[in-house]
Amino acid sequence: MKHLLIAALALAMTSSLARAQEAPIQAILQAQSALIMENSRRTIAPVIAAVSGSGLPQAQDVLQAWQGKKLWQRTTDGLFFRAEKADGATYNLYDFDTRDASGSAPVSDLEQIKPNSGIRALIGSALVQFQLQDADPKRRLAALTSVQRNPSADVLEPLRGSIAAENDPMIRAMKVRAERLLTIAYDADEAARIKAISEMSGDLGVDVRATLNPLLVTRRAVFVGAPPATLNIAEILEPGTSIEVTKAYDMLVEADLAPPRVTEAQVRSALAENAEGGRVGGIPIRQLDDPDMRLRAYAALAAAGSVPPAPGAAQIAQALKAHSIADIYLEPSRIVTDAVSEALGTIALTVGLNQTIDLVLDGLSLTSIYFLAAIGLAITFGVMGVINMAHGEFIMMGAYTGYVVQQIIPNHTASILVAIPVAFAVTFAAGVVMERLVIRWLYNRPLETLLATFGVSIALQQLAKNIFGTQARPLTSPAWLDGALVINDVVAISFIRIAIFVLAVFFLGVYLFIMRRTRLGLETRAVTQNPRMASSMGINLNKVNMLTFGLGSGIAGVAGVAIGLFAKVTSELGSDYIVQSFMTVVVGGVGNIWGTLAGAAMIGFLQKGIEWFNPSNTLAAQTFMIVFIIIFIQFRPRGIIALKGRAAGD
Amino acid sequence: MSTLLEVSDVTVSFDGFRAINNLSFHIGPAEMRAIIGPNGAGKTTFMDIVTGKTKPDKGRVIWGARRLSLLGLSEARIAREGIGRKFQKPTVFEDQSVQENLLMALKNRRGPLSVLFYRPMAAHLARVAALAEEIGLADQLQRKAGELSHGQKQWLEIGMLLAQEPKLLLVDEPAAGMTPAEREHTTNILVEAAKTRAVVVVEHDMEFVRRLGCKVTVLHEGSVLAEGSLDHVTADKEVIDVYLGR
Amino acid sequence: MQSAFQKRGASTVIFLTLLVAFTLLVTVLSEGMGIGVISTSFVKTLGKTLCLALVAISMDLVWGYAGILSLGHFAFFGLGGYMIGMWLMYERTREIVVSSLADAPIPPTAQEVSDAIANQIFGVVGSADFPLIWVFADSLLAQLMLVVLVPGVLAGVFGWLAFRSRVAGVYLSILTQAMTLALSLYLFQNDNGLRGNNGLSGLQNLPGLAEVSQALVSVWFLWGAALALGLGYLLAVWVVSGKFGSVLRGIRDDEARVRFLGYPVETYKLVLFTGTACMAGIAGALYYPQAGIINPAEMAPIASIYLAVWVAIGGRGRLYGAVIGAAFVSLVSSWFTGGQAPNVPLGVYTIKWVDWWLVVLGLSFVLVTLFAPKGIGGLFDLLERRTAPDRHGADLGPDQGALREKEASE
Repeated sequence: MKHLLIAALALAMTSSLARAQEAPIQAILQAQSALIMENSRRTIAPVIAAVSGSGLPQAQDVLQAWQGKKLWQRTTDGLFFRAEKADGATYNLYDFDTRDASGSAPVSDLEQIKPNSGIRALIGSALVQFQLQDADPKRRLAALTSVQRNPSADVLEPLRGSIAAENDPMIRAMKVRAERLLTIAYDADEAARIKAISEMSGDLGVDVRATLNPLLVTRRAVFVGAPPATLNIAEILEPGTSIEVTKAYDMLVEADLAPPRVTEAQVRSALAENAEGGRVGGIPIRQLDDPDMRLRAYAALAAAGSVPPAPGAAQIAQALKAHSIADIYLEPSRIVTDAVSEALGTIALTVGLNQTIDLVLDGLSLTSIYFLAAIGLAITFGVMGVINMAHGEFIMMGAYTGYVVQQIIPNHTASILVAIPVAFAVTFAAGVVMERLVIRWLYNRPLETLLATFGVSIALQQLAKNIFGTQARPLTSPAWLDGALVINDVVAISFIRIAIFVLAVFFLGVYLFIMRRTRLGLETRAVTQNPRMASSMGINLNKVNMLTFGLGSGIAGVAGVAIGLFAKVTSELGSDYIVQSFMTVVVGGVGNIWGTLAGAAMIGFLQKGIEWFNPSNTLAAQTFMIVFIIIFIQFRPRGIIALKGRAAGD
Repeated sequence: MSTLLEVSDVTVSFDGFRAINNLSFHIGPAEMRAIIGPNGAGKTTFMDIVTGKTKPDKGRVIWGARRLSLLGLSEARIAREGIGRKFQKPTVFEDQSVQENLLMALKNRRGPLSVLFYRPMAAHLARVAALAEEIGLADQLQRKAGELSHGQKQWLEIGMLLAQEPKLLLVDEPAAGMTPAEREHTTNILVEAAKTRAVVVVEHDMEFVRRLGCKVTVLHEGSVLAEGSLDHVTADKEVIDVYLGR
Repeated sequence: MQSAFQKRGASTVIFLTLLVAFTLLVTVLSEGMGIGVISTSFVKTLGKTLCLALVAISMDLVWGYAGILSLGHFAFFGLGGYMIGMWLMYERTREIVVSSLADAPIPPTAQEVSDAIANQIFGVVGSADFPLIWVFADSLLAQLMLVVLVPGVLAGVFGWLAFRSRVAGVYLSILTQAMTLALSLYLFQNDNGLRGNNGLSGLQNLPGLAEVSQALVSVWFLWGAALALGLGYLLAVWVVSGKFGSVLRGIRDDEARVRFLGYPVETYKLVLFTGTACMAGIAGALYYPQAGIINPAEMAPIASIYLAVWVAIGGRGRLYGAVIGAAFVSLVSSWFTGGQAPNVPLGVYTIKWVDWWLVVLGLSFVLVTLFAPKGIGGLFDLLERRTAPDRHGADLGPDQGALREKEASE
């Protein structure tokens, strides 16, 4: 029996020896079997290192199976397998080395290895190096994304190791970038970190800043005497200048280094509690509306021992003098924090530059909005001198036309393309009707025109409210106008703004073409310069005025469609733009389209510029902008581009 | 003879067009002067410069014994200095009565406070009545100026000008649209006025200028072409070429 | 000159008589002091209307007499309201705070009272400190002076800038409108120290007079408003009937001519603009305690245009016209928009006046501008058989603010 046993053992040993040559991964597992079965977060690390460091192609399979709780041990011979449930209590076993099925076993002969979440995380980190070298680029990318999302010191080496073999240039670049960032954050070698920091400084990516910023995180601590020089000190705080005295003292109190302060509220309640017979601490209660008397009463109470004494100003100052408060970098290395500060400075500069570009783009798009809103006015007010307070309502009419068209034509692209000419036609007609009925009787009476068109404006606004209700109506832009042109992490411009810019340029062209190249433009200019002369030359004044006014109104309608795409379409849409539109024309210089453009640019950029100083408050930006314009007009009453000479009229 | 108004080397241009080109002109304290010249010669612009409506690009405009520069002064200040102007088209305050028009023009303090507390005294009303007599509107004092005839408005404006008691009168085509009898009267008023003050008359009508019987300045393209008696300038060949024709 | 004053004399006597009769009648019919036929809220409406008439007079002075179409006078009105509102709200809150702290075991210090008031007033905009501009809020006298000073200084600075650079006509109108917009946008900000879009509220409660009923207070305010209107009217008559009035009308019709007469036109405009702004401020200070609440929406540019509309509908360039316009339009508006006007069923569609009144008002305003520039005041000319002389389409002067042909009278 004994012999038999020895023989069997010898057999097993020879077989395991044989296995060590033909089944290397199983050999490693066998060697670590005890630790694997112990299944403890504390002792498992060498096992994982042994498997993942084996250089065997099957290591990844083992780790994946292990992590996925599919690693089983056959109790009969202690071998490890990947097991899949076949049916009932039977499992199919797969050999790791050969990756072949190797029969099945009842569950009673098997023991599942159930790694806890800590172990699974360790396995996961170990797996990364395999995933980063996976043959499938999609998996490599997924692994890289997970590294970027959960950066840790462990993945740095695997990541480095995977770069050399990477053949996809895009993934390679991403890996290099991730490797640099991980180096900054986790590399043990200070010189390597600093090299990486200086390499990445000036990079605009949010990820760079997200890596660098945590390195400058500080904690605020109190020290008796001066803070120890071994710490990486960011700033020593001066009570009274860089930190409020009360706050500083409260920190001492919190650290049990000083007796607590007594607040005014505490004084009051202590006094109230200790009131006896109309007096507190010997002072009549009615005199306690004076803060000095309160302190005296409290001092009396403290002297009597009924309340804790309040530290006086001198005491507080002394306590603060004996201690120091400092912000300490969590990152211990001074060189690293200095390098990070410098890199962040460089990045801030680059970001600032790009923000300026972004601001310019924003200003440009606001300019085109104002220009679009004002270009109709540039014709009716600038060229004809007619103050049309209902101009804003024509813009609104255009926006509602767009809305109605969208109700009929559901396709957004088609409906916008239809809405633009329809809006032009509708507001053109409205403009012609208004010119015929109201304005032409008031041509040399601009103030009366202002008031009469204001009457039209309130009537139209209320009419819109009656028809469409008070809630905002959506004017949806086509899908291809959604999204933005992203240039980098800072600079982006939405397609809809580009479209509005294009539209503004287009209408500038239309205006120039009509005014300079067509009969109508010639006649309009003639009529505005000298109506009597124009009329005696055979120009039909009525017709020219009517068409010009209609043109200006029609353009307002088209502007309405454009504005409706990004603003809420309500009956008040127009009145939001009317003052700015008039300002645009007046600031630019009446009677000159380039002036209107300059005016729109000035107002647009000014508003964006002021908003930049105080981003939370667009109302303030508008207020300051208008005040600025009022002052500007004092110095250039005729606008940026002024007509000169006697022709300008007095 | 001392000089009341001295304009020297004045140039003004509108969008590159030189309306006044190195113009020099001076007039004494009690002198009548007629300015003639073709359209666009710069007659009205000249008046605009003197009254402060237009600022010249260069040159000097010196006023009175104190040799005050008029450049940079406001129109109202120049008017208060004693320069009165009558426009080509009669400009009176049409919504107000003849009396109100004259009272407003009457030489008095012009500041808002003194005007606010001003109530016409008998002497002022008498002066207004006398002026109205002089311009033939004595029985029209309470009528609105807007209802007067064209000629009457011209008179009223001349009356307002006299009420201001200016040292220098600038009169732009006073006789336009007047009947011969009215012209006669206008001539008399101007000649009378010129005895105590300087009067500059811009006029196209040669007959009217002849009646004034004064020195004549001919303007052409913004500068003085000729100066002298009417007979002298009408004999000038250049003047005949550019203005009078043959 | 004498005759001009006499002409206005008759209308002034009639106006003042009517004003006194109206005030007495409302007092007799009121709940507070009379037989209670008129509700307190309607007494307030009438009192507010008198204030609107006062601000309309100031508008008529600048626009009707001097031709300056200011679209900022309602902003000055609102500023006056804010100034008095600050005192009302401060004192009223102080009363409440003091009485609630009176029961505290320890009497409050001045700082605690002040903090509690600030917390009460500014808690709604997330602040608990008094902004600098409230430094005078505890003094009635100071705030009463600010009622005149703040609009006056704003109008003075704005007017000085604008008139100095010869901004006139529609440009000035647009500029004043921009000023009004800037002011209302500023007031809309929560951190401006005037409670942002919440405005000031509870202004109907007079400090120290908690036990006096609103019915009585409303009559007091009616008297105050009537007195202010009467005095304002007399002042306006005095200003426009003399030579100052001549100069103003001269500026309206032909500014350049006035200048060549030696009058410093800019100074006149500035004096008038500033003075009427102060007048508007006083009107506002009487209006908002009756309204009970003031917020920035009241001062939007549109309110100032409405003011011009009232004056135009009443008939500009005549002081009683402004009063009639303001009273008529504001009362009719509140009747129609208050839901009292009966709906008009048209079979398929029922006209609800709440929805359609603004349409009617807007269109009727166009009609008045086109066909009846004299406004309602023109009816009195019809009674007197005064007609505008045929001037062949010529206005009374070259300026934009000049009277129109149809506004002329013999």
